[in-house]
Amino acid sequence: MTTKVGIPRALLYYYYYPMWKDFFQTLGCEVVVSDKTNKSILSDGSKNCVDEACLPVKLAFGHVINLANKNVDYIFIPRLVSMAKQEYICPKFLGFPDMVKHNVENLPEIIDTTINMRLKTSEISNAYKQVGRKFTGNRFKIWQAYRKGQKSVQRLNELLLSGYMPEEAFAVMYGKEKDKLSSGGDINIAIICHPYIIHDSYISMNLIGRLEKMGANVVTADNLPEELVRQQATKLPKRLFWTLGQRMVGAGYTFVNDNNVDGVINLAAFACGPDSMTSELIDRTTKKTRKAPLLNLTLDEHTGEAGIVTRLEAFIDMVRWKKSKQLPGVALVN
Amino acid sequence: MKVTFPHMGNLYICVKGMLEYLGIEVTMPPKTSKRTLTLGSKYGPEFACMPLKLNLGNFIEASELGAETIMMAGGCGPCRFGYYAQVEHSILQDLGYDYDIVVLEPPDKSITELTSRVRQITGKKSWWKVIQSIRYGYLKSRAVDTVELLSFKTRPRELLTGETDRALNQALKEIDRAQTVEELKLAEARGSEMMQDVAVDSNRRVIKIALIGEIFTLLEPFANLNIERHLGRLGVEVDRSIYLSEWINDHLFMGLLKGIRSTKEYCRNASPYLNHFVGGHGLETVGSVPVYAKQGYDGVIQLFPFTCMPEIVAESLLPKVSAAYNIPLMTLITDEHTGEAGMITRLEAFVDLLERKQYQNYQGARSQELEVRMS
Ligand code: SF4
Ligand code: SF4
Repeated sequence: MTTKVGIPRALLYYYYYPMWKDFFQTLGCEVVVSDKTNKSILSDGSKNCVDEACLPVKLAFGHVINLANKNVDYIFIPRLVSMAKQEYICPKFLGFPDMVKHNVENLPEIIDTTINMRLKTSEISNAYKQVGRKFTGNRFKIWQAYRKGQKSVQRLNELLLSGYMPEEAFAVMYGKEKDKLSSGGDINIAIICHPYIIHDSYISMNLIGRLEKMGANVVTADNLPEELVRQQATKLPKRLFWTLGQRMVGAGYTFVNDNNVDGVINLAAFACGPDSMTSELIDRTTKKTRKAPLLNLTLDEHTGEAGIVTRLEAFIDMVRWKKSKQLPGVALVN
Repeated sequence: MKVTFPHMGNLYICVKGMLEYLGIEVTMPPKTSKRTLTLGSKYGPEFACMPLKLNLGNFIEASELGAETIMMAGGCGPCRFGYYAQVEHSILQDLGYDYDIVVLEPPDKSITELTSRVRQITGKKSWWKVIQSIRYGYLKSRAVDTVELLSFKTRPRELLTGETDRALNQALKEIDRAQTVEELKLAEARGSEMMQDVAVDSNRRVIKIALIGEIFTLLEPFANLNIERHLGRLGVEVDRSIYLSEWINDHLFMGLLKGIRSTKEYCRNASPYLNHFVGGHGLETVGSVPVYAKQGYDGVIQLFPFTCMPEIVAESLLPKVSAAYNIPLMTLITDEHTGEAGMITRLEAFVDLLERKQYQNYQGARSQELEVRMS
């Protein structure tokens, strides 16, 4: 019987799923992904996690529980300390595997290898070697699996750059049916948000889908090239040490001054530490100069859908109106 | 150039001492108050952690008194503290406060970044003098720690309510006033004497509680709603998992001073519950519980401001640690709306629980003793 490795559809799944999938499959494992977020996944997560945690962490708990119920042999939740030199993801990522292990009952074995590229980028291959040794003694095979995974991530990044959202890109990569990139809208809306919120249509209240329905073409921070966001983020007074935060600020700076972008939405998570700082920075530092209007939204477990929708509609109306008048930058802050 | 810096409990005594030692003019913000918080909440990001808001309020209030340059600590992540200065500065600029800001933090590229920043404050003073001043500031923090530790012991045992705090204020004033190393030594000795002079009932049975958690909330009485005082009056002897001198060494001197009480022991004890550093003092918080349990403490209280990331990680692990070491735990999360009265009620209930537990243990031990004797 093949070994089953579970991957939660949460956190950095949206950036690394192809890496993980191809790595484990090359090693001969079966990869099982948790179900798409639904009400019970979210409520299981909230029940087992401390109240004060942010929504994405609670949700990730729910996905781990979902996998545990699928009788997998392992769940892969690496300790993602740092994915870039001198940077971190977030304190909660640092503690996530421990939080899960000590709060969720009846778990299969957790693979929580540390990935820490803060000091040395080459650390990443060591981390995968360590994981691989659980499944085979064949060093060559592990190396092969790692290379394969890396190639898949490259492919993912190419697809993201050409405008696909992560789950769409996965569908393209793994040969499933996929609707064509839509581009028929009359306005272009850019979204700044953590990947694990915006690309989860359940907790983001299907923001992307809603916008598309309203006739907008949507891009997210994840569709921008790494070099560009990093270069934009150097406008900050000090290097930002959060990798995702850096992407958000860099994307924010890019979008608000892009003539092709008609409106920017910054979707922050309630109680998210980094967001409380990056939202403030994006808003403040672009207030006087930005060309596109900016809408700040905060999302939490109890956010009523109606409230968000109303604000969204008002914003889109304003964007359209402004576009038709070609008015110079009007700053919209809440 | 009038220099100011944010409040954090008695930190001002040390930093002011250090700067004045160098002949630098200091303009301190008024003691942190309701107004400070109101200002900070009004202008700060809604979901920022409380220390950021209080810092901001401090700076606004200090500016009203004529402060021109801010000196503060920084960091390189993963916690928000490392970006406080930049966000605060940007807010102040937007509000029209014309501050220069000097951040003391580990340099990104080379040590000259740091030295030139220090030079912005110290001007042409010799490095020798600067080092002397650092040592002096550090000695002040040690003196503060000494008298505070004594206050932990006397407060629950004082015969006259409020005597400890009166003595402590006096002792801190003396330490603050000292101008030279010699004077400081005298002040510390006198301060200790004052604390020991507080009339106490040394036979009183006290409950021992360790306060653990986020450093700013632990050290700033405004942020912790005077928890030490309230506990003391409920007959509780407290300890704090972090002292001022440790923070000074870690954050202002970047760990330059070696060999002082170190929180390494806490970090060692955090495993198997938390196996990695998580920023702030999250790891220390988790690891301090086994240490305090082994030292015979009756309970622990974790304190942190709403949305504090490292402490949320710790919070999710503490129930396990507390159960494993059979030491009761209470978590207090503070925000703008936390009221002192509500907190006191919770503290009373917790102390009550600990007293009953202590009594049961005592009874249990006695009945065992009787059984042994009878058999
Ligand atoms: S970055 Fe924000 S949303 Fe993500 S885990 Fe950290 S606190 Fe939660
Ligand atoms: S330790 Fe907590 S309170 Fe302090 S900066 Fe970090 S998140 Fe904020």
